[in-house]
Amino acid sequence: MRNILTICGKELRAYFASPIAYLLMAFFGLIFGFFFYSATAYFVNAGLRQSMMGSGGPMSVNDYVIAPMLGNASVVGLFLIPLISMRLFAEEKRTGTIELLMTSPVRDSEIILGKWLGAMVMYLCVLAVSACNIALLFAWGQPDWRPILTGYLGLILQGGCVLAIGAFISSTTKNQIIAGAATFAVCLLLWVLSWVSSYNDAGWAQAVAYCSILTHFEPFSKGIIDTRDIVFYVSAIFLGLFLTSRSLESLRWRA
Amino acid sequence: MITVEGLTKRYARHVAVKNISFEVGKGQIVGFLGKNGAGKTTTMRVLTCFLPPTSGKANVAGFDVVEQSLEVRKRIGYLPETPPLYPEMEVADYLVFVAKLKGIPSPEIRRRVDEVCDRTAIASVKNTIIGKLSKGYRQRVGIAQAIIHNPPVLILDEPTSGLDPEQQREARQLIASLSGDHTIILSTHILSEVEQSCSSVIIINNGEIVAVDSVENLHHRGRANEMVSIEVSGASPAAVRQRLEQVPGVARVISRDSREGVAAFEVEALENAFLRPHLARAVVEAGWDLNELKMVGESLEEIFLELTKSERKEGELAVAQ
Repeated sequence: MRNILTICGKELRAYFASPIAYLLMAFFGLIFGFFFYSATAYFVNAGLRQSMMGSGGPMSVNDYVIAPMLGNASVVGLFLIPLISMRLFAEEKRTGTIELLMTSPVRDSEIILGKWLGAMVMYLCVLAVSACNIALLFAWGQPDWRPILTGYLGLILQGGCVLAIGAFISSTTKNQIIAGAATFAVCLLLWVLSWVSSYNDAGWAQAVAYCSILTHFEPFSKGIIDTRDIVFYVSAIFLGLFLTSRSLESLRWRA
Repeated sequence: MITVEGLTKRYARHVAVKNISFEVGKGQIVGFLGKNGAGKTTTMRVLTCFLPPTSGKANVAGFDVVEQSLEVRKRIGYLPETPPLYPEMEVADYLVFVAKLKGIPSPEIRRRVDEVCDRTAIASVKNTIIGKLSKGYRQRVGIAQAIIHNPPVLILDEPTSGLDPEQQREARQLIASLSGDHTIILSTHILSEVEQSCSSVIIINNGEIVAVDSVENLHHRGRANEMVSIEVSGASPAAVRQRLEQVPGVARVISRDSREGVAAFEVEALENAFLRPHLARAVVEAGWDLNELKMVGESLEEIFLELTKSERKEGELAVAQ
C-alpha cells in the first residue's frame, strides 16, 4: 500500500508541477460553466413561460439542469481524460525512469495502481471544479442531492474506466502524443458504439452497443444505481489495468 | 556476491549476450569493458531484474534474479546509462521518493537523504529542480539514488559518460570511495577509467566474454616474452645498442626516441629469459649511467583491441561481403 501511495503522490506532483493540471481544470471549468449557464438559463426561461401560461406541474432542477449537465460532463470527460492518461507510462519510457521503477523492490501491480490512482485523483480535482457550479444551485434552490451524488459516482466510474484504458495505451508507446491520440480515438469509438443498436436489433449489435461507455452512464445521471452498470465499469477498469500489467510485463521480455 | 552462469539473452533476431559466466566477490570493483553494443547494458539489466535472461542463471547477494526478483532488487543500487531522474522534481523530493520506493522506513528517510547528499556532494543543490541541474550534478543525483538504501551491490552503467574530465575524475573518486562497503560492477568503454578504479576487468565482445582477470594480470597477458624499457646516458646510442645485443637472453633491441645524451631502447627477451639484472650489470660494467630500467606491460587499450580483433575482422568481412 505504501508503494502505491508513494507512486500516486509522485504522479500528482508531476501533474501539478506542469501546466497540464491547471489547464485541464481551467478548460473544464470554462466548458462546464457554459453548460451550467445554458441549462440554468433554459430552466429559468421555461419556468417563467410555464408560470405565465399557468400550466404544468412544478419543474425539477434535477431533471432540467443537473441531469443534462452531468451528461455533458461525461462527454467532455471523454475528451479530457486522454490528456490525463497519456503521460502515465509513455513519459517514463521516453525518459528511462521506468527502469528506476522496474528495478526497485516494487511489484508491477503497485506501479500500475499507484499511477492509475494518481490519475484518478487528478481527474477528481478536475471534477471538483464543477462542484462550484452545483454549490450555486444549492445556494439558491433545493435540488435533490441524491441524483447528484449518483451522477458523480457515475462520472468517477466512467473516468476510472477511461483512465485504465488510457494507462494501457500509454504503456504501449514512448510517445505521449500517440498515446493521447489513440486513447482519444478509443474513447470516441466507445461513445458511438451505442448507435449500432439504433438501426440494428440483432444480438451482436446489442452486444456492441452494450460496450458503449456512455449508455452505462445515463442511469447514474438520473439517480439510478444499477448493479449492471457498476459491474460493467468495474470490469472495464479491471480489464484496462490487467492489460496494462501484461503490457508492462512484455517490456521486460521485449525491451 | 554476484554469480552468473551460462547467461544468454536473445531478442527477437539478435543474441545480445551469449552464454556468459563470471563471478564477482564481495567488496570488489569490477570493470565491465566492451565496445558499444557489446552486451554490457543487457547483462546489467539482467542483473538488476529489468530483463529476464533467455537462459542461464544469475545470482545476486544469494538470490536468483528470476525467482527472487524482489529480494534482489532490495539489495541492488542501479544507475542506468541515462540517470532515471524526474526533471520536474527537486533533488531532495526525488531522493525521498526513491527512498520510499526502496523501502527505507519513514523515520530514517531524512537522515539517509542528508547522508547521500553529503556523500555525493549535492547538498548545495538539494532544493534545486532537477531539470535545471548540469549534467555532472545529474549524474551525481543518479549515483545518490543508487546508494540511498545502502545496497550491498551497485551496478553502474557508464557512470562517467558525457562528463567533462574534471567531472569524470570526481565521479571516479566518488566510486572509489564507495568500494569498501559495496560490491560494484561498472561498465565503461573508457579504458583508463578501468585502470584507475577497478580491481578486475571483464571484457565482453559481441555478447561473449573474452577475458576475466585482474587489471595487473591483463597488463602482463598477451605478451609471452618479457619486454624491458631501458634508458642509458654517457655513451652513443650505437655503442649502447651493440652492448645490449650481447647480453645473453636478448631477442632484439628496439630504438625509442633518444634525447641528447640519453639512449633509450626497448629490449625483448627470449622465451623464459629474465633480463633486467643482466642488462643492469652490462650497463654499469661498461661505465655508463643507468637512468631507467623497467618492465613494459601491454597497455589495456592494446589488450582490449587485441582481444576484440578477431571478431572485428570477421564482422568487417561479413559487411564487405
